[in-house]
Amino acid sequence: MFKALAACFLASILTENYILNRFLGICPFLGVSKKLNTAMGMSSAVTFVMVLATAVTWPIYTYLLLPNKLEYLQTVVFILIIATLVQLVETILKKYIPSLYNSLGIYLPLITTNCAVLGVTMLVIEKGSIDPSFGYINSLVNAFGAGIGFLVAMAIFAGVRQRLEKCNIPKTLQGLPITLIAASLVAVSFLGFQGLIDGLLA
Amino acid sequence: MNEIVISVIIVGIIGLTCGIILSISSIVMSVKKDEKIEKILEILPGANCGACGFSGCEGYAKALAEGKAKVGLCSPGGQKVSNEISKILGVKEESSECRVAFIHCCGTSDKTSKKYDYHGISSCSAANMLSAGPSKCQYGCIGFGDCLNVCEFGAISICDGVAKVDQNKCVACGKCIDACPKKLISFIKVKPQAIVSCSNHDAAANTFKNCKAGCVACKRCVKECPQDAISIKNSLAYVDKDKCIGCGKCVKVCKIGCIKLLNIK
Repeated sequence: MFKALAACFLASILTENYILNRFLGICPFLGVSKKLNTAMGMSSAVTFVMVLATAVTWPIYTYLLLPNKLEYLQTVVFILIIATLVQLVETILKKYIPSLYNSLGIYLPLITTNCAVLGVTMLVIEKGSIDPSFGYINSLVNAFGAGIGFLVAMAIFAGVRQRLEKCNIPKTLQGLPITLIAASLVAVSFLGFQGLIDGLLA
Repeated sequence: MNEIVISVIIVGIIGLTCGIILSISSIVMSVKKDEKIEKILEILPGANCGACGFSGCEGYAKALAEGKAKVGLCSPGGQKVSNEISKILGVKEESSECRVAFIHCCGTSDKTSKKYDYHGISSCSAANMLSAGPSKCQYGCIGFGDCLNVCEFGAISICDGVAKVDQNKCVACGKCIDACPKKLISFIKVKPQAIVSCSNHDAAANTFKNCKAGCVACKRCVKECPQDAISIKNSLAYVDKDKCIGCGKCVKVCKIGCIKLLNIK
């Protein structure tokens, strides 16, 4: 059990990284990765929302949508729930933990309709329908791993971009083009983790 | 038909619950905001330049509302903003000093030359590390525009290898002062006054060899000044700002042309 969870966690960070392997959440990946501290703030907020969203959407899907044969409404319902959750978290933070709100607050509205968050909640359920042993706990661990994977990708890419700024880049490639090329190279480097998890915990 | 009804009902119920939860939470957990903060924030220029010493305009507005900050600290806003803020806070109007940044160097490329060709990173602080920069004068402006890059108001330009401040655009946020590796920039009050536009402390012979616009401490200005406002410190003329009346006699007598009269607009 523990082994399976650890494998699930590591896989979602390295081999199934949501940014670099599934290409979800590219917008914050390119937008907020200029500096390391903002990248960390954004990704910790994303991790938090991912786990919370999965914790709420999984029971709703399994106990409300599935018995009524409403799987096709998944996207609509999930977006509704995620948006509500983010808003709720924002008001709670504002009231009770203002210091955390000040550091995460500006990122929270950005996450409301982040495709990585929606992607995690939906893919986790897809995994569960393929493999019935992939239950609630597995889903939560997977969501947490996805968030940490987001953080890792952001941190690595923030480092890459900080080095890019000091480089003498040809004029045609300055700005977004070189950023996209760098992002693709980072994504290719993550391909190297393929098969690592199975070998590690075999 | 039945399927449609069920789906509408379920999604409707989910939406309704979400809405109710949100509206209840926004009432229960509402945070009381000081009305003053928002009013002040509307008046402040919103440049977030940090000239006041607080974290952006919001931080300054908060400090003002809590009575932790003085009124006249916003230099981009100037007198108008500080008057309006004092009205909101109900305190006496304080006059905010009008200051601008000034670059104490006039060694343009026709006046001075380079001691080596520099092909590194295009930044003053980087060039400064290599034997005090490519310019022959080790005190003067390097001209790669570190100050220009940090200026958020477009007040600085580089002409002939020397940075220049547009006094109409400068809001005295002080970012360029920190950015200059040669410490050439300082604040001056906006009033008629003479300013020494050179920072070279070398002896006269060396100064003149390196830059034709450098102060050689000839003391002509010292003798000419009716107010005794000018003195020579470390082989460089120094104008006492409080004594200077801006008569311009020193400017006429300076053969080098490195003492300038501030143009008021």
